Amino acid sequence: MPPQIKRLALLFVLFIGLFLTLKYFLTPKSFGEFGHYRGLALEEGKLKVPEYTGQKACAECHDDMMVLKMANEHASLSCETCHGAGRIHISSVDSVVVSPPKPNTREFCGICHAKNAARKADNIKQIDLKEHNKGELCTKCHNPHSPWQETK
Amino acid sequence: MQHLYEMLSKVDGYIYPNEIELNWSILIVLYPFITGLVAGAFILASLERVFKVKVLKPTYTIALLTALSFMMVATLPLISHLAQPQRFYEIMITPHLTSAMAIFGFVYLWYLMVVLLLEIWLDYRRDIVLWSQEKTGVMKRVYKILTLGVTDLSESTVKWDDKLGYFITIIGIPSAFLLHGYVGFIFGSVKANPWWSTVLMPVIFLFSAMVSGIALVMIVFMVVNYIRKQVIDMACLNEIAKYLLIALILDFALEGLDQVHRIYEAEESFNILDILVKGKLTYTLFLFQWFLGMIVPMVTLATLQFVKNRNKLKKRLYMMTGILVLCGIFFMRWNVVVGGQLFSKSFYGFTTFKLHLIGSEGIMMAALWLILPCTILAFLFWLLPPWKRHEV
Amino acid sequence: MARDEVKSRRDFLSKAAMVAGGLFISAGASPFASLLYATERKSKTGPWYGMGIDLEKCIGCGRCADACKTENNVPREPFFFRTWVEQYTILNDGTVHVESPNGGIDGFSQKFPDEEIFKSFFVPKMCNHCAKSPCTQVCPVGATFTSPEGLSLVDPTYCLGCRYCVQACPYGCRYIHPVTHVVDKCTMCYHRITKGLLPACVEVCPKHAKIFGDLNDPKSELVKFMKDHSWQVLKPHMNTEPKVFYNQLRAEVR
Ligand code: HEC
Ligand code: HEC
Ligand code: HEC
Ligand code: HEC
Repeated sequence: MPPQIKRLALLFVLFIGLFLTLKYFLTPKSFGEFGHYRGLALEEGKLKVPEYTGQKACAECHDDMMVLKMANEHASLSCETCHGAGRIHISSVDSVVVSPPKPNTREFCGICHAKNAARKADNIKQIDLKEHNKGELCTKCHNPHSPWQETK
Repeated sequence: MQHLYEMLSKVDGYIYPNEIELNWSILIVLYPFITGLVAGAFILASLERVFKVKVLKPTYTIALLTALSFMMVATLPLISHLAQPQRFYEIMITPHLTSAMAIFGFVYLWYLMVVLLLEIWLDYRRDIVLWSQEKTGVMKRVYKILTLGVTDLSESTVKWDDKLGYFITIIGIPSAFLLHGYVGFIFGSVKANPWWSTVLMPVIFLFSAMVSGIALVMIVFMVVNYIRKQVIDMACLNEIAKYLLIALILDFALEGLDQVHRIYEAEESFNILDILVKGKLTYTLFLFQWFLGMIVPMVTLATLQFVKNRNKLKKRLYMMTGILVLCGIFFMRWNVVVGGQLFSKSFYGFTTFKLHLIGSEGIMMAALWLILPCTILAFLFWLLPPWKRHEV
Repeated sequence: MARDEVKSRRDFLSKAAMVAGGLFISAGASPFASLLYATERKSKTGPWYGMGIDLEKCIGCGRCADACKTENNVPREPFFFRTWVEQYTILNDGTVHVESPNGGIDGFSQKFPDEEIFKSFFVPKMCNHCAKSPCTQVCPVGATFTSPEGLSLVDPTYCLGCRYCVQACPYGCRYIHPVTHVVDKCTMCYHRITKGLLPACVEVCPKHAKIFGDLNDPKSELVKFMKDHSWQVLKPHMNTEPKVFYNQLRAEVR
């Protein structure tokens, strides 16, 4: 065999060997467990703590509010739909309470109730945000937890 | 993030909210541009070696060294554009075989190590050995290393160099096709993007690669001769120009076919592409890519085919067409890569693109990736001067 | 007699045709099965998740987009969304206008007077978790993949940030996270559903317009929703087999 081929073959084998060694050490251990990906990624994806606790959790302490809300038109709304994620609030209760936002602005009620051609009247009751009792907070007349009651 | 807010106000119509930022910008324009130069230059070199076009002999090594120096930087714009560049090795150790991009690492290595380096090494081996005996000091050691310890210059061994080299060129041609056709496939296989998704994409990329590669070698050939104050081999230059013309015609026909097909089929996406082409891409597509980058060079070269002598004029015009063609192909890549991201996949609107001067995706960075291969080429010419080779 | 013969012959032929037809149908059934919704299931035993979206019910409040950002640390800027809401307005002159101001989080305001409007509706968008997802197909390293539950997920510790998947997604559901510098997308709240919770967007939807469920479970709410409504998927011609099923989807939606 000509010498240069011998040399090239040697280098080639060395190169492949080096590559395979690197591949062996660099490939994550769980790679390929379930498919062409790092199997551990699935477990890691589950680790994150949920921010939204669900309204059952709220009921534990605010059962009065829950009972009130469930009895009327806003029953289909979760507490967190308006008050935002509850995890931080709930875990803070034992020390200094971090209050969740209480969005009582007109714009906030408007994201659901403002008149819009894309909203069907039988799907959601709408008002003209600019006209309906102009200048006053909605919560003055509508209790957010029971829209046809007055807020106490 | 500020610039994204700025772009938000320039959105035209409706785009999906995540589409504001162009994900692939100038660096990804460079990537097919540079690989195209490599593939084209190599194909020109193989014309001499395999198809025995003897007039092209003076460009053979020039073409190979050009291909090599551009190949060495081909991946750099790609890696530097990654959001996590330090993880690039993953593409080699866990390539996902259904991905068009995954094989790039291997195609690249194959082409760089097996085709280009080997062919050049085999071609130069005799000279390297001789240089390692003639030179002194550091250079002696450098050439010694380059011989890889094989100093045998017996006739049968040298004959093997030639045989192997020939064999590698033969493998090299399909590899060059593979390399660049494959880059076209990276775009052509994205079904979500109607501007990219066409079966012709790999072929168009291939022929435009040949166009740009041949033009580049032509320019390098002229510059080298100019710097070395040599009288240029006019027959060779004319021959390159002829091949450039052929490649241009083929490329033009293919691109034309693609557009005609697009217009005639007028699929769902046609309206938005029509607005795109006539709006945001007017200059880069019609003026730079087609008129200046194709039609003008084509007409010039075709006319020059009938002109005898007048070498000075010819040289000037060749230089001009070479540069025009290179710019034209650059804009072709630009129109594909950037143009394909300007319209929303909802087909209801456009985003905008603003090129910055500095920054990791800026013009300066792009210029760096174009200057670097030229520097490498100059270095290679110094290390392995094609004009100081030993007569057999 | 001759008639009998003809009759029996005809009988035979028709029987033979029936048998042949039956064979043809049963033999043909399996290839045609792929025409049904997202049938290419990698998991036949475990769950195979999907989402139903009832456009009849959606009131475009954008709480889903808002909750998603909180739940998944999605940057608040108006150009990073795992889910967002679009408002389509088709005018009497036939023109289609689409908008999604800040993904719908701040609410929508009607742009055209009622008299000009032919039809208007909201469309919440999210990752379709396609059964034949083009995004996972093109990932060069396996950093995005289809989980055993049929969800397209991203491994943030492995992603290169090459953005090929962003290009490959026909629905614009992926973006590069400006903090982590890897690609980010809807996970169907993987960390929630594996704990038995609902995805955050479903949790906060005031009209129950989003129905999360398991396509492998014939009793799931999602399967019931799909039986009761004439759903459609987005861009069916892409053949990505999306697993987000829209009720009342109109042709204008892309
Ligand atoms: C562990 C018990 C507990 C749970 C669970 C809980 N809260 Fe509270 N919450 C409290 C306490 C204690 C206060 C403070 C009462 C006060 O300040 O008068 C409070 C106050 C509030 C307030 C009023 C804050 C203010 O500024 O007036 C709101 C709104 C609220 N909670 C919402 C929620 C929601 C929504 C949930 C469910 C996600 C929830 N809470 C779950 C204990 C709880
Ligand atoms: C329609 C949106 C909405 C929903 C749904 C909602 N809240 Fe409220 N909540 C508000 C608003 C707005 C206020 C502030 C009222 C005010 O300013 O008078 C508020 C105030 C409160 C307060 C403060 C006490 C008070 O009376 O001012 C508590 C506690 C509370 N909410 C708990 C809950 C719980 C628990 C639920 C779920 C059962 C719930 N909320 C559901 C909108 C809502
Ligand atoms: C996330 C959406 C949402 C928000 C925010 C919201 N609502 Fe509602 N509201 C609803 C839904 C859903 C219903 C029940 C459906 C309907 O209107 O028939 C409803 C019902 C009502 C009704 C009773 C309409 C009827 O059917 O008689 C009133 C009044 C009302 N809301 C007032 C308010 C006020 C005031 C606020 C602001 C504090 C508010 N809503 C915030 C979704 C919302
Ligand atoms: C001054 C008291 C008052 C205020 C403030 C007020 N409302 Fe009302 N709202 C009423 C009364 C009374 C009705 C029932 C009569 C009517 O339809 O006008 C009503 C009706 C409604 C209805 C049902 C409309 C229907 O078609 O049945 C909705 C929804 C509503 N309001 C939402 C709001 C919202 C949102 C705000 C804040 C932007 C608000 N309201 C502020 C007194 C008020």
